[in-house]
Amino acid sequence: MPRSLLSHIDNYCTQIYAVSDAEIRKLRHDPTELLTRAIQPMIWLLLFGEVMAQVRGLASGDGRYLDFLAPGILAQSILFAAIFYGIAAIWERDLGVLHRYMVSPAPRSALVLGKAISSAARGLSQALMVYLLAALLGISIRTDPLDLVAVAGLIALGSGLFSTFSLIIACMVKTRERFMGIGQVLTMPIFFASNAIYPIDIMPRWLKAISLANPLTYQVDALRALMLVGGTSKYGLATDSAVLAVITSFLVMIAARIYPRLTT
Amino acid sequence: MVPAKDSGDVDVLVAPDQIGPAKSDILVETKGLTKAFAHNIVVDRVELQVHRREIFGLIGPNGAGKSTLIKMLTTLLPPTSGDASVVGCDLRRNAKGIRAQIGYVPQLLSADGALTGYENLLLSARLYLVPRRDRESRIREALEMTGLVDSADRLAQHYSGGMLRRLEIAQSTLHRPTLLIMDEPTVGLDPVARDTVWDHVRNLNARFGITILITSHVMAEIDALCHRVGILHRGRLEKVGTPADLKAEIGPEATLDDVFIRIAGKDPEATGDYGNIREARKSENQHA
Repeated sequence: MPRSLLSHIDNYCTQIYAVSDAEIRKLRHDPTELLTRAIQPMIWLLLFGEVMAQVRGLASGDGRYLDFLAPGILAQSILFAAIFYGIAAIWERDLGVLHRYMVSPAPRSALVLGKAISSAARGLSQALMVYLLAALLGISIRTDPLDLVAVAGLIALGSGLFSTFSLIIACMVKTRERFMGIGQVLTMPIFFASNAIYPIDIMPRWLKAISLANPLTYQVDALRALMLVGGTSKYGLATDSAVLAVITSFLVMIAARIYPRLTT
Repeated sequence: MVPAKDSGDVDVLVAPDQIGPAKSDILVETKGLTKAFAHNIVVDRVELQVHRREIFGLIGPNGAGKSTLIKMLTTLLPPTSGDASVVGCDLRRNAKGIRAQIGYVPQLLSADGALTGYENLLLSARLYLVPRRDRESRIREALEMTGLVDSADRLAQHYSGGMLRRLEIAQSTLHRPTLLIMDEPTVGLDPVARDTVWDHVRNLNARFGITILITSHVMAEIDALCHRVGILHRGRLEKVGTPADLKAEIGPEATLDDVFIRIAGKDPEATGDYGNIREARKSENQHA
């Protein structure tokens, strides 16, 4: 029955779109958050980046440190924006808006995917900011349309991954106070135990092992290859995107299972 | 001020998509439905029946288990024991079937303040899979019925309490549900806003034949609105009957308040807990 299968898929997509479109409309009504979120990468690149660029041995090979740093900061700003989704979910729960989603016949996975996609839209707007900033700082960025599309895809994947991860944490802790604490405790290690601001090669062995299990490492690795002129990927783009895609699908499945618990 | 309680089939328009799988005339039937949290039994072996096309009022003091019972019937909360069938679907086996056929207006604010009235409706229309070609006309119709046409493009956070409630009812009825469940829909509303909400509820019942299950602790409202009433006390469904019958049991001059006090008054401790009061107050603030 391909006809009914098609209509099922159509319905599923409509429900995903319902959620992501609503989120994107909210951003359009009040884009201040997008602008304020652009400040953090600016601080990292301008303050941290300019100073650390003086330290020898940080950038791998002969590249400039700022070039090395830019993709890492892009990934970081997306990570931080995505982690915010958990608080938003708890906020929606406290308000009662979540109940409206949960009593609807939409499959829970459609709701989770809808949120993930809206987080991807947010991530893309972050990327635009970081690209502008990088151009201003004279970082040599690739502007080939194919590369840009690939970067957009990676950013969407990374945003989806971390926002869904954040949603899972929210479903477990359920209150804003607890989430704030745990959110901090989680984002910092994800960020520092990765190749975002320094190469993995200079890490002690135990930290290297953690970094290799950290999805952010693979996102940054792929971004370095696709974003910078002359950039290369250490693990290969296929590995990078496969790791991100597998982890994202896994997280979406878990989130779809435990999202309804947030109402109780 | 006699409310229109037309139980006859005259004047009742039934939209074609209301004739769903539920063919029986009992839309809600619970058998020993129970919910316990840790050591606390909140809903205790409830046997409830709601008939097609009636307005059924569930009353009870704070903490009696009304909201918990409602949350189970709307599939938000799994029961601890017992069974229930809602709109012909088994609560444990076919939650999705129930969700597709009921509308639910929760006690807490459920419209999204950061979206406009129109966008809130659009979100619901899509989630409930209102056919694409009907979407705009249904939304239009809902806005007209709730008197929100002029405010459709304003953010819902700028709506008054009564407007928000009407928007939420519109959101919950876009898909033409067989059963509309409302939890304390007039908490925090001023008298005028209350009246418009009740008029709207009556209208949905009379015009579209939607069965309505409502909770409230304002007895006069329940008396005027409901065909039948159930009194919930300490998790038990103590009494069910028409408002007239229940009052007649007490005495010739009795009000529904007297009936309520007769049952709930047995237990002066049943005043709810902090969580309950916080919830009620919170929703008042949000609708103020």
